[in-house]
Amino acid sequence: MHNITPYSSPHYFIYLFVLLLPIIIGLLYGKRFRIYDFFATVLILVITFFGGDARQGISLIFYVLFEMIVVFTYKHYRKNHNNFWVFTSAVVLAIIPLVFVKLDPLLKNATISLFAFMGISYLTFKAVEIIMELRDGTIKEIKPTEFVRFLLFFPTISSGPIDRFRRFQKDVLKVPSREKYLELLHTGTNRLMLGLVYKFILGYFFGTLLLPKVSILALSYGEQAPLGISWALVAYMYTYSMYLFFDFAGYSLFAVAISNFMGVETPMNFRQPFKSVNIKDFWNRWHITLSFWFRDFIYMRLIFLMMKKKWIKNRVTMANLGYVTLFLIMGFWHGETWYYIVYGIFHACAMITNDAWLRFKKKHRQQIPSNKFTKALAIFITFNVVCFSFLIFSGFLNTLWFG
Amino acid sequence: MENTDKIVDILKDVTGLDNIGDNLDQDLFATGILDSMATVEVLVTLQDNFGIEVPVSEFDRSQWSTINKISDRVKELE
Repeated sequence: MHNITPYSSPHYFIYLFVLLLPIIIGLLYGKRFRIYDFFATVLILVITFFGGDARQGISLIFYVLFEMIVVFTYKHYRKNHNNFWVFTSAVVLAIIPLVFVKLDPLLKNATISLFAFMGISYLTFKAVEIIMELRDGTIKEIKPTEFVRFLLFFPTISSGPIDRFRRFQKDVLKVPSREKYLELLHTGTNRLMLGLVYKFILGYFFGTLLLPKVSILALSYGEQAPLGISWALVAYMYTYSMYLFFDFAGYSLFAVAISNFMGVETPMNFRQPFKSVNIKDFWNRWHITLSFWFRDFIYMRLIFLMMKKKWIKNRVTMANLGYVTLFLIMGFWHGETWYYIVYGIFHACAMITNDAWLRFKKKHRQQIPSNKFTKALAIFITFNVVCFSFLIFSGFLNTLWFG
Repeated sequence: MENTDKIVDILKDVTGLDNIGDNLDQDLFATGILDSMATVEVLVTLQDNFGIEVPVSEFDRSQWSTINKISDRVKELE
């Protein structure tokens, strides 16, 4: 036995469907079996985190206990007080385990990340969301059992989509009508099928079959060219981008589909991202739950603070500062390597440029044509900018230049 | 009604669009009239003008998506 990554193998799907069957039958008859749900969650988590090496599982348990202490201590405090620094400390404490895990490879010290387990980031996003909403007063009541159920909702445990507590609660506290549930089963099945095509056919084709070949080509041509730039590198860029999309979108479709089978409408993570007309549009369509999390809990809050405290007068400067902060944090979140950070900076620059262009376009509305052709051009440019950013993200340039 | 007029004025100031009050049920987010930046601007202005506290996480887009909805929410919070 070994740990099974969710949705990565036929075994996982078999276990999943056997465990889901009572839940599906229950929902069809208008019932949620709370105790069974708990039992199924524990079993899936055991398969995922205790299958072989139990260290991940033990880390997960300690992590959840730690986050519970932070969240419920803050909740208790928030009843009668609302100090900014206490709030900030709670957020910092909540992300400390994640920071350790992220710093670990950099320090080459395997003892520091006591909390390392697959999906720690996604659990941290959820915990931080709750702390922020406790402060805002939009979450007033949350029981420890509800907190754990939200955090450990197994369809989304390893890589999202990142749901929001209040939205999630609305779904789990009620049982959908049979008509509504049949509809959910139907869309869930469609999503599952599309996910299979994305991840195991297209993702496999681009990632497992094509990418290694293109990679060898790009590395060998790269030896003769300045900076290693070759047509093979361009091919690598597109191949990797396709792989990244189909693999991740496929995974996300599984997570949403399985949620649907459990009567939970987990938000979708992708909405035809390669049809984006500009970079802003792209971030509304790519890894949506992550970018919306960053938008709502970092960008908007920062802008709000800057505006309220009147730190900066100029709206453009404010927005740009917001982009740089958001995308730098996103870069650091991906990992402490130069290429993730550069990926973040690149996207911040793209957003700033895009905003400047939109302002220019607004001023010169009469002179700038807008038709089918310009739209196609916009999609083409955005697609290439995005693919180039994925080339940075892939880390292949690191191998090519310093490997 | 007075609230609605004030809100329309705020939105005109923020977006620079003069025709914004024409349709009080127009979805301000779906049509791209309000982006994150403009949203926060509206939020801060609402707070200053009406003396209400609207935390950012309260700003559930579906509940604040049209002028009429904003007006209702402001009345509730006042």
